[in-house]
Amino acid sequence: MKQQIPAATPQKPVEQPKEEVKSKEAKPVAEKITAGHIHLSGCTGCEVAIADNYAGLLTLLDRYVDWVYDLTLADVRHVPKMDVAMVEGSVCIQDKLSVEEIKETREKAKIVVALGGCACYGNITRFARGGQTNQPQHESFLPIGDIIKVDVYIPGCAPTPQMIRNVCVMAYLLLKGNPDQQALAKKYLTPLMQLAERGTEACGCDLMIEVVNQGLCMGCGSCAAACPVRAITHEYGKPNVNREMCIKCGACYAQCPRSFFNFDVINEYQGILDAITGALQ
Amino acid sequence: MGNELGKYTNCVSARSTDKEILKKAQDGGIVTQLFAFALDAGIIDGAIVAGPGDEPWRPRPIVATTREELLAARGTRYNISPNVSLIKEATRSYGLDKVGIVGTPCQMQAIRKGQLYPVGLRDVPDKIALAIGIFCMENFPYQSIVQLVEDHAGQKLESVKKMEIGKGKFWVYTERGAVVQLPLKVTHKYEQPGCHVCLDYVANLADVSTGSVGSPDGWSTVFVRSKSGEDVWSKAIAAGCFETKPIDQVKPGLELVTKLANEKISKNQKTVEERMKFGVGKGLRNPYIKP
Repeated sequence: MKQQIPAATPQKPVEQPKEEVKSKEAKPVAEKITAGHIHLSGCTGCEVAIADNYAGLLTLLDRYVDWVYDLTLADVRHVPKMDVAMVEGSVCIQDKLSVEEIKETREKAKIVVALGGCACYGNITRFARGGQTNQPQHESFLPIGDIIKVDVYIPGCAPTPQMIRNVCVMAYLLLKGNPDQQALAKKYLTPLMQLAERGTEACGCDLMIEVVNQGLCMGCGSCAAACPVRAITHEYGKPNVNREMCIKCGACYAQCPRSFFNFDVINEYQGILDAITGALQ
Repeated sequence: MGNELGKYTNCVSARSTDKEILKKAQDGGIVTQLFAFALDAGIIDGAIVAGPGDEPWRPRPIVATTREELLAARGTRYNISPNVSLIKEATRSYGLDKVGIVGTPCQMQAIRKGQLYPVGLRDVPDKIALAIGIFCMENFPYQSIVQLVEDHAGQKLESVKKMEIGKGKFWVYTERGAVVQLPLKVTHKYEQPGCHVCLDYVANLADVSTGSVGSPDGWSTVFVRSKSGEDVWSKAIAAGCFETKPIDQVKPGLELVTKLANEKISKNQKTVEERMKFGVGKGLRNPYIKP
């Protein structure tokens, strides 16, 4: 119990040279959402991708989002309540703190976003098998979806700044927008929520299993363009995946127009892109 | 249906005024001419086109940054060129800030999905300056073209000067003047299966889309769709790049385009639905519902 200290009688303020304080929050935006970055076993590449929105990130923080938790950027020691938690990295199940933190994140956040390949699918941490410094017993890494329910996936290694930007704007519209904006945000986010429901395994072979085998591939080339490690080439118009090189980030399948294609959103691409870039100017 | 031709602000019949482009163009030389103009005018820094490949009539996507490279890609080769595979490369290795790309309707869909959901396309979404779509009923794997030309039509691929699909036939013209026509009934089974779920005929999501259907021989039908499409098209017209005729004054005109678009879409819509009850209590995946 804190002791009640009676308020001191106001004295004549000492004249001090006024400091030039340019307060960005002079006109605080009441309708901001709260979001944070939870860093598990990942390389910080996802966080760098957030930062790579440059001026766009500053606008996001100025107008739409209060960044309430982030090991490298915010001076907060425990996961606070927030609207959107962006989780980078997979969970090392031999590391008690990581396991606790991901569970705590689920409790504290309204929307949990798996940011990047490791959080969604394990990505390169799928290949970790222990016996290494710093802690040799750390050998089992799980995508966060194997421990908690995840709402939205942003696959890829690293996820792209533009994809993160789009999801942030849509998350804002979903939580604070007018009914039309909410409807749009819901439509936009639906396939990313369906990816989260689909599971925690990804591989270049998804292109074979879910697209070519299903009679859906038309050889557009999206998968090869999306692959961060150039594991995909096209031979006679169909993807050829070098599985030794594949890091299991999930970008190729998510990028494929035959994994999901939502006409109701994509037909409106011009208006939506204008709105997103407009919101960040 | 009503929206089978997509949104557009302008539709004309057109052909290039450049004799060199027309010499080896499929129809009106629209794509080559528009890219050549856009390159000249600084609207694009380069364009991803279907360039010459390792085997006769096999295209290979290239990033064309000169008129010569564009000219080398003139004409239609009826098999798969994964142009979208270079979209990130064009902005990296080639360092382009304003990228042009030509493609089939599905490739235009891939581009727009890539702009809205750039999962693996870092810094690409803002760099698509001009996406030209081509009308497409279906596409063929390369081996199908080999089969059709060398087996059914009985011609060596190397000797073929032009291939064309029109007037209900698949046409093969050789350098020495032979003309072989195959009924489309023969070609259907060689089509790429992925095309049978496609619900777009005239590249609804392109900035500008074009194809022979609707216009007289040697001319192309052109839909101008987006703001950037309007911008480049009006500048190209002002620069005298194209002759145009109002679409309602040419035969067979939009009526045929609409008819074919409706045929394709309703046939494929049916395929999509049949796929969902393909097995016994099990179906094939429908990408329009979920991943």
